[in-house]
Amino acid sequence: MTPIRFSPSSLKEGRWYEYLIRFALGGAATVFTGLVSSRYGAFIGGLFLALPAIFCASATLIEKHEIRRKREAGLTGGRRGQLAAAVDSAGAALGAIGMLAFAIVFSLTAETSVATAFTGASCAWLAVSIAAWHLRRKTRSVWRVRTEQGSGSEIRRSR
Amino acid sequence: MTEYVIRFLVGGAVLGDLLRPKSFAGLFGAAPSVALATLGIAVYQHGVDYAVSQTQAMIAGAIALAVYSVVVCHLLVRAKLRAVTATLLSLIVWVMVAFGLLMFTGGQA
Repeated sequence: MTPIRFSPSSLKEGRWYEYLIRFALGGAATVFTGLVSSRYGAFIGGLFLALPAIFCASATLIEKHEIRRKREAGLTGGRRGQLAAAVDSAGAALGAIGMLAFAIVFSLTAETSVATAFTGASCAWLAVSIAAWHLRRKTRSVWRVRTEQGSGSEIRRSR
Repeated sequence: MTEYVIRFLVGGAVLGDLLRPKSFAGLFGAAPSVALATLGIAVYQHGVDYAVSQTQAMIAGAIALAVYSVVVCHLLVRAKLRAVTATLLSLIVWVMVAFGLLMFTGGQA
């Protein structure tokens, strides 16, 4: 199982303008949510707090970086790029469960204390996201072992 | 104007690039950075009740985001679409699920 680690070298893979685009998209999403809220009310605006604006940019960049890396090694890398972006989106699905926890905790605690609501909701996002990621990882490795054991016994039976 | 500049700067924060493995870094694709910035400003300008209304609707948005991410993953793996096409096409799914849930719950998500 690959351990979680910081990889500062991955920052070198990106061009400065790619990070600028992501930064701008995140900022634009925040401005857009504010505009929607002021025009259509808090409820409709609230939906856009979970708009996947940054995700669109990051998935595209991950694919691009993977393709660039493979091209440097003399390969096309198109399929590898798609798969790298798919892994990222699987992670985002788990992060969305964390975001759900964020929203629930904030809405339940904000009237008691705003500071607690922000802290509690952020911790809930992190804890639930990491727990979901670990659970998925364990489930997948158990499933993989069972599949390998199953195919191994089938091979022995066929001999 | 200052409000929108603050929104722009705070909402633009990005972290996920520094982490490995990729599936773990993907968690940060659904980080509530836009929500933190927007809710902070909402509490300051309109009060707590306004921010609570926003987070209640955000529940529907987060469910839609989970569905959206799964759809993007499948479009990339099975339909073999490019990331830009898959992510933009799936926005239709996000809009449908988010507003569908909001309508289904009668605006009480």
